[in-house]
Amino acid sequence: MATPIVEFKNVNKFFGDFQALKNINFALDQGKFYSLLGPSGSGKTTILRTIAGFTSPTSGTVLFQGQPQNNIPANKRKVNTIFQNYALFPHLNVFDNVAFGLSIRHVPKDEIETRVMDNLKLVHLQDLANREINELSGGQQQRVAIARAIINEPVLLLLDEPLSALDKKLRQDMQYELRELQQRLGITFVFVTHDQEEALALSDEIFVMDAGEILQNGTPVDIYDEPINHFVADFIGESNIVKGTMIKDYEVEFVGKRFECADAGMKPNEPVEVVLRPEDLDVTTPEKGKLVVQVDSQLFRGDHFEVVAYDADHNEWLIHSTNPVEEDKDIGLFFEPEDIHVMRFNEKEADFDARLETYEGE
Amino acid sequence: MSNTAKRIYYIPYMLWIVLFVIAPVALIIYQSFFNLDHQFTLANYATYFTSSTYLMMTLNSFWYALIITVATVLISYPAALFLNQLKHKNLWLLLIILPTWINLLLKAYAFIGIFGQHGSVNQFLGFIGIGPKQILFTDFSFIFVATYIEIPFMILPIYNAIAEIDPALLAASRDLGATNWQTLTRVLLPLTRKGIVAGVQAVFIPSLSLFMLTRLIGGNRVITLGTAIEEHFLTTMNWGMGSTIGVVLIVMMFLSMAVTGERHHKRKEIGTGAKEK
Repeated sequence: MATPIVEFKNVNKFFGDFQALKNINFALDQGKFYSLLGPSGSGKTTILRTIAGFTSPTSGTVLFQGQPQNNIPANKRKVNTIFQNYALFPHLNVFDNVAFGLSIRHVPKDEIETRVMDNLKLVHLQDLANREINELSGGQQQRVAIARAIINEPVLLLLDEPLSALDKKLRQDMQYELRELQQRLGITFVFVTHDQEEALALSDEIFVMDAGEILQNGTPVDIYDEPINHFVADFIGESNIVKGTMIKDYEVEFVGKRFECADAGMKPNEPVEVVLRPEDLDVTTPEKGKLVVQVDSQLFRGDHFEVVAYDADHNEWLIHSTNPVEEDKDIGLFFEPEDIHVMRFNEKEADFDARLETYEGE
Repeated sequence: MSNTAKRIYYIPYMLWIVLFVIAPVALIIYQSFFNLDHQFTLANYATYFTSSTYLMMTLNSFWYALIITVATVLISYPAALFLNQLKHKNLWLLLIILPTWINLLLKAYAFIGIFGQHGSVNQFLGFIGIGPKQILFTDFSFIFVATYIEIPFMILPIYNAIAEIDPALLAASRDLGATNWQTLTRVLLPLTRKGIVAGVQAVFIPSLSLFMLTRLIGGNRVITLGTAIEEHFLTTMNWGMGSTIGVVLIVMMFLSMAVTGERHHKRKEIGTGAKEK
């Protein structure tokens, strides 16, 4: 096994009385795209700043390629950052901004020249080398920030919500470019975002954070399909979450009915929460449906209709339907056993993973 | 309607400019062309530019103003940096500005008390066995007090320039591998240059014409252009010569404004030139 690029061991961080990081443990491998996903104040930026060396942990160890880093200053780490508002130097032009990291290391002038131009070509800005920063659009500034950060050939690139200032179309274009760039350079990316769509689209692995803790980590598909708890299910994508009871393995009861499901390993009659994704619910006639709900309202979203409906127990159901439905009418909802995801209360990630292994390995 | 209203607002400003800026300057220029017998002459200027006394005095003024300015920059820049990192920075800034509210003359007299033969500094020197020294009426005490008085005018613009810098820029510099020193010279100093220039203009130009301190603290050992003007107007009553020195001083002020402002202007031109390429 290769040594992880970055490893956090029991890292805690306090700001006065406020605990920003609670016993964080993780290891990041070479060449992967990681996302730290969570609401603001969840500690994701603190982790980023700890990796970069702008803050040091109150306790615990940060290892960089196996070496403890707690006391290494930011300028001695082989890590570079793309800042939220790019933090480009306003007194330098595009070329000098990108050249900054090399010129402070006294790299020879002609080498700087070729490397800067190579990097500008990489982000398609070779024609704008002489521009001042305030003459660039937001997307161009973003590219300068990328070129400036990768010119030092870091082993790890940190991205602090770099796309949040761009409009939606540009943001999607930049997502493709970032992903492509990461694969081309083979650098490990750590991407901080509160945008779950962005994290799902870009990442090899996502860390979902809340209140200073890592709640769950895994591939985007794992996290989307098998969220560990209510918070993750709610934060990642849209979901219908109802209370239920696990009758026995592969059988769960909710809204007064029993359903076959794909989850197991819990105590009989354990109270649980059940997640059903809106796009997994198919609209059918009331007779054919496993659930019958009454349509309350619907919104046209372009590629689908977003239907809000209520069942007899007044639970709200969000349904993504390709066809419009009639308001105030009863409709049936059909779903497969695999579409049901059962979550236990207060289950830790390690227990969750162990339980999944007991029945998913078959 | 709104145009006339706008013009009405301009009236106090225009009155001020005409009465207290344009008229005095015009009068000084006018005066400078008359000799003691109220005859029109260019002799005042001829005297000024041929007399080694006046030229030495000019050089002297420049030299002391330069020393005072350099000393204030060297003290103020680190102080402004430090102030920006403090928790209650506005309070600390207020404490630094506070002395400017006190009359210059009072401060000068306070220093006479401190630096005098029986002042607290000499008492201390006597106590540690060095014995009383001549501190007052030396170049050192003149520069020291002048620097002390000018420091707030230097700290304020530099402090504001530093406060405007996005902290992420300094983080970015560190992140890209710059040491603290490199961050200072390559990011902080260039970004606060405007503040330094403003501070230099606020300190250097008034320092050219300091005269009260030269007398009270410098003991007339240091003669600047300011002292000379005072002498001509109040003692020798040669208003023409006094005005001539005044005109020279005004020209020097514009020159130093032009010199300190110029670099900024040039940079902009390079920027727009690059855009056109």
